[in-house]
Amino acid sequence: MEVLIKDLGLLINAILIATPPLLLAALGSCFSERSGVINIGIEGMMTIGAFIGACVAYFSGNGWLGFFAGGLSGAILGVIHAVACIQFGADQTISGTAINFIGPGLAVFLCKAIFDNSSDSPALDTASKLPKLFDGMFPSGSFGYNVFSTYIVAYLSFILVAVVWFVFYKTKFGMHLRAVGEHPQACATLGVNVYRTRYICVILSGFLAGLGGAFVTLATVSQFRPAVIVGQGFIAIAAVIFGKFKPQGAFKACLLFGLCNGIKALLGAGNAVSPNLVSMIPYVVTILALVFVVGSTRVPAANGKPFLKAR
Amino acid sequence: MSKKNGILSSNAFYTLLSIILGFIVGAILLSVAKINPLEAYRQLLKGIFGKPKFMIWCLIYAAPLIFTGLSVAFSFKTGVFNIGAEGQFVVGSLTACVIGILIKAPAIIHIPLCFIGAALAGGIWGAIVGLLKIKKGVNEVLSYIMFNWIAFYLSNFIVNLTVIHKESGGEATKDIADTARILAPKSIIEATGASAANWGFIIAVVFAIIVWFVINKTTLGFKLRAVGFSNTAAQYAGIDTGKSFLTAMAFSGALAGIGGAIQLMGMSGRISQFSGQEGYGFQGITVALIASSNPIACIFAGIFYGAMKYGGSKLSLVNAPSEVVDIIMGVIILFIAISSLFRSIFLSHGKKGAV
Amino acid sequence: MDTAVEMQNIVKKFGDFVANDGINLTVKKGEVHAILGENGAGKSTLMNILYGLYHPTSGKIFIDGKETVIGTPQRAIDLGIGMVHQHFMLIPPFTVTENIALGMEDTKGLVLDLKKSREKIVELSKKYGLAVDPDAKIEDISVGMQQRVEILKVLYRGAKTLILDEPTASLTPQEILELIDIIKSLTKDGKSVILITHKLKEIKACADSCTIIRHGKYINTVDVKTTSESELAAMMVGRDVSFSVEKEKREPGEVVLCVKDLCAKDYRKADILKSLCLDVRRGEIVGIAGVDGNGQSELVEILTGLKKAESGSVTILGKDAFNVTPRQSFDMGITSIPEDRQKHGLVLDFSVAENLILQNFENEPFSKNGILNEKNIESHANKLIEKFDIRPKDSAKKAAKTLSGGNQQKVIIAREVTNDSDLLIAVNPTRGLDVGAIEFVHRYLVEQRNKNKAVLLVSFELDEIMNLSDRIEVIFGGQITGEVMGEDADEKELGLLMAGGKKDE
Repeated sequence: MEVLIKDLGLLINAILIATPPLLLAALGSCFSERSGVINIGIEGMMTIGAFIGACVAYFSGNGWLGFFAGGLSGAILGVIHAVACIQFGADQTISGTAINFIGPGLAVFLCKAIFDNSSDSPALDTASKLPKLFDGMFPSGSFGYNVFSTYIVAYLSFILVAVVWFVFYKTKFGMHLRAVGEHPQACATLGVNVYRTRYICVILSGFLAGLGGAFVTLATVSQFRPAVIVGQGFIAIAAVIFGKFKPQGAFKACLLFGLCNGIKALLGAGNAVSPNLVSMIPYVVTILALVFVVGSTRVPAANGKPFLKAR
Repeated sequence: MSKKNGILSSNAFYTLLSIILGFIVGAILLSVAKINPLEAYRQLLKGIFGKPKFMIWCLIYAAPLIFTGLSVAFSFKTGVFNIGAEGQFVVGSLTACVIGILIKAPAIIHIPLCFIGAALAGGIWGAIVGLLKIKKGVNEVLSYIMFNWIAFYLSNFIVNLTVIHKESGGEATKDIADTARILAPKSIIEATGASAANWGFIIAVVFAIIVWFVINKTTLGFKLRAVGFSNTAAQYAGIDTGKSFLTAMAFSGALAGIGGAIQLMGMSGRISQFSGQEGYGFQGITVALIASSNPIACIFAGIFYGAMKYGGSKLSLVNAPSEVVDIIMGVIILFIAISSLFRSIFLSHGKKGAV
Repeated sequence: MDTAVEMQNIVKKFGDFVANDGINLTVKKGEVHAILGENGAGKSTLMNILYGLYHPTSGKIFIDGKETVIGTPQRAIDLGIGMVHQHFMLIPPFTVTENIALGMEDTKGLVLDLKKSREKIVELSKKYGLAVDPDAKIEDISVGMQQRVEILKVLYRGAKTLILDEPTASLTPQEILELIDIIKSLTKDGKSVILITHKLKEIKACADSCTIIRHGKYINTVDVKTTSESELAAMMVGRDVSFSVEKEKREPGEVVLCVKDLCAKDYRKADILKSLCLDVRRGEIVGIAGVDGNGQSELVEILTGLKKAESGSVTILGKDAFNVTPRQSFDMGITSIPEDRQKHGLVLDFSVAENLILQNFENEPFSKNGILNEKNIESHANKLIEKFDIRPKDSAKKAAKTLSGGNQQKVIIAREVTNDSDLLIAVNPTRGLDVGAIEFVHRYLVEQRNKNKAVLLVSFELDEIMNLSDRIEVIFGGQITGEVMGEDADEKELGLLMAGGKKDE
């Protein structure tokens, strides 16, 4: 029994650490997709966030500073994506692909330029990482330690789901962002500023993806490596689709995918079930969801369609 | 239309402009990193043109990129965005690898077998996405992305299976049999000094010509292009659009799959465990965009990208991170993606000037 | 009466194209002012300028006597101008209340207060007799109610001047009458209504004055009461027009198309065709008259293979043609001029030559063993370009999208007439065309009939149906509810049948 509780604690801990980066990025993706701009550049935005987060935390010794710097760097890529897609009407998938070249390329480029041609950043000491809740209150390895005493940001990211839900469905801005993703022409005729709304959403998606990336280096991994994100940005996108483009739906999907990542982390190497097969689960599940519940997955009507004003 | 406007409306002009802007952005970044961009670019050129051997290497690098470029270009022509070339490339290379290791046969049989296996694997990988699109209405961009990652982990899974895993050390498969390699004759390798000189580039050029012919000169190409431009009008005219999409997506996938085989049988000879996506499929998007989806132009765009990759790997000699190549390429795509707007701006100004 | 809106000498250019060339418009308070013009005359451009969606290249705008620059729709709204667009600007998954409140939401602190908006909407809808369900989603309500939502949206913003762009395009005759009542209740309340239309009857029914625009130019402003319909028509097209078509009398021959008890469901799984029966014979034009949405589109989609029916039978010259594919439909002898020529008729990015062989590219002489014969394709194109007067003359290799609407339609007609099939289906074949092109289309439809082919004409323009058809079948609620011979056709009787009424015996 005791072992079981301990194992359960370990699993919950693994989920608590694996979910927040997906969740932050997925919430970001919700903003962008619902406002009508496809953002497959989430992966690149997470990668730059992961590097800038680790780098700023390394030099400042402040995890929080690194975390927000990571968010800002993602937001800057968000600005590029937004300008290309909203101002210039670029193909959103192509622009996103470009972001996925530029983000990781820039991250490793800067890493090599700053850290003496090494593609890995130096390991962060505990003080430079993100702080934990109730630090030192529970004995290390106990159930309480595993469940209640992990990174504050992990708990905040869960609270953020409720905040984003509130913004989406209970505020004026949320109504505008959902409306511009469905019928931008109608919004323009009613004086709703389509460009501004979309800009805010795309930049916000970059910011949240950057935060997600920074969480990986500032909590989970403790340093930047080129392969530190691999695929998490795409899992986040999968979660949004799986969650029918709703923040609450994306949350459930992220928990499920976080569980996959958690199991993978616990399994480690040399187990009966290959971690590679576990890694496939989010993608396979999303495909199955698209196939079997496609009728109820309504993609925002204006998603992917540039809105250009004739003057 | 004046000559000036003729230039201003051509794709080549904007592509060239985008490439120049890409290098300018790269130069700015290098300067910020306190690296002399002129020196870095000189090193890049030296790494490409310095010796005949280097140029051969650029063509070796170009061959798989021409294939993924053709794959994406073909998809663009037929109204699909094959962002899944990455996964099709991986399963193609994986299938060729398994056949190359497990089957014993003389080269005359072994090599075609590997290619057919790779083409089938890539084709099926693409066709599944096509089936989901036409039978279930699943957005192909989304399922392509998912299938890229399924291929990624599938490859890592199979690479670690004992039958094909390297006995000692290294996270990679055994080398494929020599009968499955497409290396150039020893005399050529010794003469050029490029250890992986192979037939890949020649095969790529042949395929580019085939793809060009199929798209532009055959009834199949007519049908696929009609569906690509307007599936509603094509359907109205009696063309089976579902079948067309499926054909196009399978064909496009097969091209990427063959690219994977070329890379394996020509260059690497084995597959290593991936830590991140190799990127051949995404690089193929760049090749197709630079080539404006023209199959023949894909040859040259492929050489350009191959040269940048090969030359870029030499940048460490001047302490410049080779990732600057990724950034330059990303910027080039971005500018090509927004070039339609440039075009209208330039053309409207051109008109005013003419009035 | 004071003026509500005055536009002076408005010019709007898009590149080299002049959409508005010196247009004047004066709308008085409390009047219904119609703007009359053909498709493409520049009516919508003018109204988009008034609504702040476009900037005029030159010209002045006065609102309530004050010169104003209207840069954005928001500014237009603030000035009391509201616009109901021809294509409704509604968000399907949003509720009626959300659609109306969007952009002018009530809030309590940070939180949306949709309840308050809802109350205001209910009040407004009572005041002007605009019945809507504030909690229904747009995707679940009728077209008529959607239009009332659009009008409420404008009133909710305190509009004093309402622009209605082709408001009757998709309404039933009954709904049109209701709309006219609504317009009257608005003007009674002192509001001005600008009515954009090309339908003369509606102008006579409810407008006070009318400004006529032709090819982007201002023609005249007239008092509707003292101007006849034919005078209005002459001003609109620039010459005397007779819409009647010369055609010799013919005895119809054998039955080409025979439809029996055809049943089908629409995309919402509601019954859209209910045991529909129809015959079309050689040497006759059969016109299907009806208001949009009564099943005519589905009937054509089933005949051309785009849609599957539930039950019933379809035969072509006695051969079974029930639930065929588009290819089979073509091979059995059905060709069609589709309603949406840009979506269905042409591959816009293909050259004219390629479009002309869209169904035949797999046949000799255009291809052999799967290889295209470009020489034959081009000479075929040049032949048809000459014969059907497609302009420009050197367009064989030009993309179809570079041609004007009329010439695009000529490409389709050239192709379908050359296909020489037994049954030609034409759906709204003259929508959006100018008078010259309309005459061209009508001439070729009659020619097919005279060549002893069967022609099925579906059109929302009653005049077109009455002028061309040898026999008129009225479709209502997915059934043929009445039959009138062409020469006996009476507009009132047809209108009644189209609205679901019974034929007097």
